[in-house]
Amino acid sequence: MSDPLLSLKALTVEFDGFKALNQLELSLSTGSLTSVIGPNGAGKSTMCDAIIGRVRPSAGTVVFRGEEISRLPEHTIVSKGICRKFQTPGVLAALSVLDNVAIASGDRRWWRAFGRKVDARIKLKVDETLELIGLQDRRDALAGELSHGEKQWLELGMVVATGCELLLLDEPTAGMGASETRRTAEIICGLAGVRTVLVIDHDIDFVEQLGGHVVVMHQGAVFTEGLLSEVRNNEAVASIYLGRRRA
Amino acid sequence: MVTGLLFVLAAAAPFMLAPYELNLLGRFLALSLTAMGLVILWGEAGVLSLGQGVFFGLGGYAIAMHLKLASLSGGDTMPDFMVWSGLHALPGWWGPFSNPLVAIAAVVLAPALVAAVFAWLMFRRRIGGVYFALITQALALAFATLLISQQAYTGGFNGLTDFKSLFGVRWSKPGVTHVLYWITLALVFGALIAGKFLLSSRFGKVLRATRDGANRVRFLGYDPAPYKIIAFILAASLAGLSGALFTLHAGVISPALVGVVPSIEMVIWAALGGRTSLAGAIAGTLLVNFAKDKISTVLPTFWLYVLGALFIVAVTAAPKGLAGLTSDLGLRAILKRMRKTGASEP
Repeated sequence: MSDPLLSLKALTVEFDGFKALNQLELSLSTGSLTSVIGPNGAGKSTMCDAIIGRVRPSAGTVVFRGEEISRLPEHTIVSKGICRKFQTPGVLAALSVLDNVAIASGDRRWWRAFGRKVDARIKLKVDETLELIGLQDRRDALAGELSHGEKQWLELGMVVATGCELLLLDEPTAGMGASETRRTAEIICGLAGVRTVLVIDHDIDFVEQLGGHVVVMHQGAVFTEGLLSEVRNNEAVASIYLGRRRA
Repeated sequence: MVTGLLFVLAAAAPFMLAPYELNLLGRFLALSLTAMGLVILWGEAGVLSLGQGVFFGLGGYAIAMHLKLASLSGGDTMPDFMVWSGLHALPGWWGPFSNPLVAIAAVVLAPALVAAVFAWLMFRRRIGGVYFALITQALALAFATLLISQQAYTGGFNGLTDFKSLFGVRWSKPGVTHVLYWITLALVFGALIAGKFLLSSRFGKVLRATRDGANRVRFLGYDPAPYKIIAFILAASLAGLSGALFTLHAGVISPALVGVVPSIEMVIWAALGGRTSLAGAIAGTLLVNFAKDKISTVLPTFWLYVLGALFIVAVTAAPKGLAGLTSDLGLRAILKRMRKTGASEP
């Protein structure tokens, strides 16, 4: 088997002595789709934060394509190929839907930002992204005026448009209805195989629709992992969700 | 269309206004370049600077140093205030300014260079918001204090004034005011066009994105620092140009024009005009300064209260300033609103 795309080794993040991540071990293989579930405070979002450089680990390493990245600046980590969607959608409110996607897919070097000509390749990428997230008709709307669900899709589209190989999606269906959730699952399933995707979500129905590998986190570490059916029938998993001590 | 008409009207102003009013209009147009810089820096990039007076002053002093040297009569080797302060020779760093081209280059390059170093130190370390505003205010205070304390080199509290010739032409010659006015108008108009072009480019969009969500931009793979640094350099260069033109119109530059209070006034021009509108910045600057001229000649102590009241009204009732009011009344906004309500109906 080839080396994993991303591996977290003994990753520890502390906030004033509280260990949000405690010796976390996790690896993702290229093209895989992984769902992370776990009770509130299990460290799921903190794990994303540590991968993208929003918080710095106090111990352990984040190895992406064989390179330790946990000390790099945030934008450099993105340029290595990791992009993250936040829990509350972080779209650029003052810009149009089109510009949001264009900025996500465009050249990041400041000295290339002054021209007005848009690269045909980027234009195509933007069109494809809008089609993927189903917002073609909303391309000229301001991102701040979108509905909550549309914002979620837009941010998903932006993350995809960066062209990053590893996508971290933090609660991509938060605030969505059943049909919107199904549509989101379709988009994400379409990405799997082409990109490597890690999804955090509470909604077990959604996780079921995604299929794939499920990781259960608890108290800053991986509690167990496997197929959803296996995890679901695991009594210890049920007990951490209900807050009982393991028998 | 409207912009074009206004430009033609403004260009014809020398034939319609009395010399005193023309001089005021020229001065205030010069000041509006500073406000336009603040639109780029504060309105678009979200970085509030309370120290634009520093860059205004650097531009103003650069041109004033040249004018002072060019005004030396016959056998003098240095300006009168240096003699009074006990200097025996012209300081070496004054020398190059006897060349008008050096002085004109310094008008933009000196503020740009200082701004580049300052912004690099600040934004690389992610200093922003209130902290940044306070540091720039301290910078303005320090700059004015330095100018006053170094009387032998800067003319001290009185600043630099009493210029006699302008690039070889006698200052008092008729037509000088006209030409200066037209140069100022052309530069203001040029800055307006260039600014609009810049803000509609991808650079402008990334700036706006950084203002609204620095983290989102960062996690899309952009480093916001160079974008902010460039915005700061642009605003400083415009302020420098503004200061130089103002000095030419007013015939004086002094610490009282570059310190903390003038720096705050500059922000008010932009706030009243609408901080995201370049044209609004021009309108705001003209309005505030003409009001200041009229009110402070009648009731000198009353002006600051009016200014404070205007600022409060602008911030609370019309956060987009004059530009926001006109666009709210405009047809485009009404149509947009109608379309929106139409679209929401089944």
